[in-house]
Amino acid sequence: MMWEIIYILLGIGIFFNLLASVGLLRFPDVYTRLHAGTKCTTFGSIFIASAAIAYGLWRWYDGDKSMISLAIHSFFALIAILVTNPTGAHAIARAAYRSGVMPKKAVTDELGGKND
Amino acid sequence: MLVFIGTTVFCFILWLLFTFNGNVWQWDEISAGIIFSIIAGAISRKIVIKEYKQLSPKKWLLFIAYLPRFFYEMAKANFDVAYRVITGKINPGIVKLSPNLKNNLSLTILANSITLTPGTLSVDVDDEKNLYVHWINVKPEFFEVSKECKCKYVCSTFPDWARRIGE
Repeated sequence: MMWEIIYILLGIGIFFNLLASVGLLRFPDVYTRLHAGTKCTTFGSIFIASAAIAYGLWRWYDGDKSMISLAIHSFFALIAILVTNPTGAHAIARAAYRSGVMPKKAVTDELGGKND
Repeated sequence: MLVFIGTTVFCFILWLLFTFNGNVWQWDEISAGIIFSIIAGAISRKIVIKEYKQLSPKKWLLFIAYLPRFFYEMAKANFDVAYRVITGKINPGIVKLSPNLKNNLSLTILANSITLTPGTLSVDVDDEKNLYVHWINVKPEFFEVSKECKCKYVCSTFPDWARRIGE
């Protein structure tokens, strides 16, 4: 029973990470690619980390006491991903805009090419 | 001084969690943890906690209450991106939003939230705390909405949540 839950969590996580890489290939410019690369990898990583947490807690419950550290470390890795992933995407988008990469196919641009 | 003690205790709790391996901690682990958390607290006391009121438990409870809604929006965002990856229907643009937030913490929460929620990615912020957001599917109705409602139109109730948590 536990194995099935872990496999399902891993499957969902890998599916969304795969979707992120397909999005990176299909979208036209850096901003739309960041959309795929930020949202999908964060969401996928939540499920992969949940699988690791579930496995660690399960083994801990079964009597292998040292496995609790796997769950704790995965949990903190998850928090670190949740905080740093959007921040990093924000930094990349800002740096791209300031170095003159304009969004392709844009219908509006209210930032207006400000580079200071 | 209170800030230094708070940061040190926070670092020490983190140390205890990281070194927990199923048994009770040994004395050498605990003493090393105290030394390192005092060093870390002395270095980072001005970075981690800037204002006392950000420590209040009400904010943390609000933040936890915010998580389910945030997770729901994130799931929606992923199916939205999946749809756009498969069909290739995009209509992107950069729009300006004025969320009227006062301090940096609430602005950070808002910017991170809208990056992870459907169709939006924060690009830049100016001195008047206006956010510039890359929106993957700009709707034509957006330009007819008045300036005050634009923010609500794009990111629904997130500015209210950010204001409640961060200010």
